[in-house]
Amino acid sequence: MEKILEVKDLNISFHTYAGEVKAVRGVSFDLHRGESLAIVGESGCGKTVTAKSIMRLLKEPPAEIKPGSQIIFDGKEDIVKMNRKRLKSFRGADVSMIFQDPMTSLNPTMTVGKQIMETLQIHKGMNKTEAKKEAIELLKIVNIPNPEVRINNYPHQLSGGMRQRVMIAMAISCNPKILIADEPTTALDVTIQAQIMDLLNELKDKFNTAIILITHDLGVVANFADKVQVMYAGEIIERGTREEIFYKSMHPYTWALLNSVPRLDTESKQELYSLGGTPPDLILPLKGCAFSSRCEYAMEICLERKPETTQLSPTHSLCCWLQHPDAPKVNRSEVVRGEING
Amino acid sequence: MAKENLVEVVNLKKYFNVGKNKVLKAVDDVSFNIKRGETLGLVGESGCGKTTCGRTILGLYDATDGHVYFDGKDVHAMGKKDKLNFKKDAQMIFQDPYASLDPRMTIGEIIGEGMDVHFNLSNKEREERINELLHTVGLNQEHASRFPHELSGGQRQRIGIARALTVEPKFIVCDEPISALDVSIQAQIVNLLIKLQNEMGLAYLFISHDLSMVKHISDRVGVMYLGSIVELAPSANIYKKPLHPYTKALISAIPIPDPKIEDTRKRIKLEGEVPSPINPPAGCKFNKRCVYAMDKCSQITPELKELEKDHFVACHLY
Amino acid sequence: MEAIPKDKFRRVEIDSKEAEKMARPQISYWQDAWRRLKTNKVAILSLIILFLIVIMSIIGPIISGYEYEEVDPKSLNQPPSSEHWFGTDELGRDLFSRVWQAGRVSIIIGITGALISAIVGTIYGGIAAYFGGKVDNIMMRIVEILYSIPYLLVVILVSIVTDSKSLGSMLIALTLTGWCGTARMVRGQMLQIKSQEYIMAAETLGVKPSKIIIRHLIPNVLNVLIVSISFSIPNYIFSESFLSFIGLGIQPPNTSWGALASAAQQKFIFYPYQLFFPGLMIALTMLSFTLLGDGLRDALDPRLRE
Repeated sequence: MEKILEVKDLNISFHTYAGEVKAVRGVSFDLHRGESLAIVGESGCGKTVTAKSIMRLLKEPPAEIKPGSQIIFDGKEDIVKMNRKRLKSFRGADVSMIFQDPMTSLNPTMTVGKQIMETLQIHKGMNKTEAKKEAIELLKIVNIPNPEVRINNYPHQLSGGMRQRVMIAMAISCNPKILIADEPTTALDVTIQAQIMDLLNELKDKFNTAIILITHDLGVVANFADKVQVMYAGEIIERGTREEIFYKSMHPYTWALLNSVPRLDTESKQELYSLGGTPPDLILPLKGCAFSSRCEYAMEICLERKPETTQLSPTHSLCCWLQHPDAPKVNRSEVVRGEING
Repeated sequence: MAKENLVEVVNLKKYFNVGKNKVLKAVDDVSFNIKRGETLGLVGESGCGKTTCGRTILGLYDATDGHVYFDGKDVHAMGKKDKLNFKKDAQMIFQDPYASLDPRMTIGEIIGEGMDVHFNLSNKEREERINELLHTVGLNQEHASRFPHELSGGQRQRIGIARALTVEPKFIVCDEPISALDVSIQAQIVNLLIKLQNEMGLAYLFISHDLSMVKHISDRVGVMYLGSIVELAPSANIYKKPLHPYTKALISAIPIPDPKIEDTRKRIKLEGEVPSPINPPAGCKFNKRCVYAMDKCSQITPELKELEKDHFVACHLY
Repeated sequence: MEAIPKDKFRRVEIDSKEAEKMARPQISYWQDAWRRLKTNKVAILSLIILFLIVIMSIIGPIISGYEYEEVDPKSLNQPPSSEHWFGTDELGRDLFSRVWQAGRVSIIIGITGALISAIVGTIYGGIAAYFGGKVDNIMMRIVEILYSIPYLLVVILVSIVTDSKSLGSMLIALTLTGWCGTARMVRGQMLQIKSQEYIMAAETLGVKPSKIIIRHLIPNVLNVLIVSISFSIPNYIFSESFLSFIGLGIQPPNTSWGALASAAQQKFIFYPYQLFFPGLMIALTMLSFTLLGDGLRDALDPRLRE
C-alpha cells in the first residue's frame, strides 16, 4: 500500500493579541491508500487544526504553518507549498472533508441537488444534465431513499442524518483519495450514528478512499479505525494499530481516556477514573512533557525534559519517560480496567 | 413522616400548537416517580421529549394535562410562597456550558444570584459561601472574579453545578449536562455529581441521549420514544435484559470501546428516520420501524405494564 | 541515549488544582471591545473627528472674538478672511461663531433625541419581549402602526400643531415616533437572548422578572443599543436640520446647522461659503457617527472575538 499522505514535522501557530498560540507542535504521521486513521483527543489538542491544514483551510494569518513543515501528497506534491490555483483543483477533488454540524455546513438557500452538482461541475467539468444524473447516483450510494425527489429538497427539509449523508455524497463525488471526517457523528443520535459509520466503512472498501476520522468517541474508534493516534496539547503522544491502542497502550493519558469511558457492561455508580485539571493553555511554552501537570506517574524528569519516542513495535510508538529503563515499572493491567484486555 | 417519593409524575402531557391543526406532542402521557436520594435516568434520541419533560416538571412550562407532585404538592397549582420554596428545593443544570452562563456577569455574581433570592446574607457570609461552593466543585477562589468566556467548557459546567447548589436543593434536573464536553471532562463532572449526591442526599433526574453514561449514574432508567416511556427498569436490567425492541436497538447501536467486542457483535439495524412528534403515528409510535410489528401495533397504543419486579414495558409483544 | 541521573525518576506530587490556574490576563468584554476598536483605523479617525467637532462647538464661539448674534452692517456677506475665518452672513454676523454655536444646538438635539428614543425604546421593547404572548402582540402592533407613518410627516405635523418653537417641543416632535425602530430592534435582540439557557437558569432560581430584565436582558443588549444610538444620532441631526431648513425648527437669533443652510441656500450661487460650512459640518458629523457605528458594531459583536 503506497503512502498517500506524509506529514513531516508539522508546526502550526496562531498569532493572537495575547501572544502566539502553538496549536500543533511537531506532528508527523503517514497515511496509506484505503487506510482509516483515527485521531483522538480532547478539545484544543490540535486535531482539527491538523486536519484543516491538510486542506489548507486555515486562514493564514492569523494561522501560520511554520517553515520546515511538510505535508506530502501522493509522494509528489507538498500541500504546504501549493499555490492558489493548485489548491482550487486540489480541494474537493483530491482531498475532501465532512464536518461536524451538517446544518451549518450546507447552504440553506440552495437545494441539496444543486450543491452536489456544483462540485461536479467545477471539478469534473460536467454539464447540468450529466451532473444531475450523477448527483442522483451519489444520493443512492449514500442510501438516501427517493433520491429523485430528495434532490430538490432544501437542507432544512432533511433530518440531521440525511444532511450528513448529503455532505458525504458531496465529499465523495469526485472520488477523493483522502476523506477527512471531523467529528461527523457527534451531533447525531446514536442510531443514526451507527448508520453513518456503516456507510463510511462501505465507502472505504468500495472506493479505496483513505479516511482520517477525528473524534473523541472511543467507541466509534473501536468500530472503525485501522490505526489510531492520540493527541495531547498539539503533539501525538501515542500511536498504533487499533488493537495496540486498546489492549497494549502504555501512555498514562491513553489509559486515562480508556478508563474515563463508562461501558454498558460495567458496574454502575463506581467512580469513573477522571483526570484532574484541564489541558494546558497552548500559549505557554511547555517545559518537559505537556501531560506532566496532570499525570499520576509524573517524575522529576517529566517536568524538565520532553520524553523521547519509544518504538514498541513497527506500528506502535509513544513519548513517555516511563519507557526509560531507569523508570519505575507500571503494570498496565493494574491501571486499565479489567474489561479492556486483549 | 416525609413521603418516600419526592417527585411524582402522573399522566403528564405537554403539547405545543405549531400551526393550523398541527400539534406537537412533546410529552404524551408520561408517569414515573423519583425517590429521595435516587437518580432516575431518562434516555432517548432527539425529539423524544425528555428535555421538555424535565422543564415541565420544574414548572418552566405549564402542563397541558396531568400532574407533577413535589413532596406531595402539585407543582403547577402552587401559590406564590410555595412556588418560591419549590424553586429552592428543585434546581436545574443545563446542557450548553456556553449559553447557560450570562456572559456579562462575573462568576461570583452568577453564583451569588441564587443566594440573594432565597437567603439574607451579609457581604462577608456571601463571599465565604461563594468560595466554599467554588471549592466544592473543584475550582479556586480566583475564578470568582473571572468571566465565563475565560473558562473552559468543563469549568463552566462546574459553575452551573455550583449555581444550582447555592440554594441547597433536594432535587436537581440534569438536562444533558455532559453532552457538550470531552470524554475525560465528562468523567469529572459525573464523578462530581455522584459525590454530591452521596454527601447531600440529592435526587437527580438525569436526562441524556448517552445510554452508557445514563446507565452508569442512574439507579433506574426510563427509555423515551416520541414522547412516551417505552421501558422503565433498574439500570442493570436495561442492559442485561432489555425487553422493548427500541431499547434493544438503542443498546445495539452504542459502540463499545473494545475492538474485539465490536468486531464480533451483531447489530440490530434500525431502518429509517425518527418520525416527527407532530401528528405521530397511531397506535404504538414505534410500529413503523419495528421488526416485530403486528397489526395490533398500528391500532392500539400499548400500556406500560410491570412485567417483572420494577421492570415496566409498553409493548404488545408482552 | 545520554545518561540521566537515576534520581530524576522519582515520583513527583501533582496538584491538579495547579492545572486549573488561569494563564491569561483578565480581560473583560469592554476591554476586549476597546482593543478591537483600536485596530479599526477608520473608526478611530471618526472618533477623533467627532471629538474635535465637539470641542470646537464648545470653544468655537468663544475663541472667535465675535458674538454669534453680533450684527455688523459694514461687513455684509464677506468671504472667508483672516478677520472672519468662515466669512460673514447677510447681516454681517461672523459665520465661524455661528457655525459652532449652531453645532452646539445640532449636536445636543442629535444626542438627546437618540438617548430619549433609546431609553423609551429599550423599556418598551424589553417589556414586550419578556412577557411575550398577547402583551407582545398588542405592543408590537402599536409600534408597527406608529412606524408606518412617514417620520418626517409626523415631525412636521407635530411641530405645526404645538406651534411652539422651543427646544422641548421640537424634541417631542422628533422623538414621538423615533423610538419605534429602537423598540423593534431591542425586542428582537431580547427575544434571542430570552431563549438562552442562562435566562431559564435565573427563572429556575426564582429571580423576579423585573430583576431578570434589568440584570440579564438589558446588559446583554447594550452592545446593539450602543451601535443603534451611534447610528441614530446622525438621523436626528438630519431631521432637525430638515425641520430648520423648511422653517419649522430653530428660530433666529438661535441657530442650528440646518437653519444656517436654509438661510444660505437662496444666495448660494453668490456666496457659496455660507452654505458650504454648515453643510460640511452636517455631512462630516453624520459620516463620522456612521463610520464609528460600523466600527463599534464589529468591536462589540461577541461572535467576532478572538
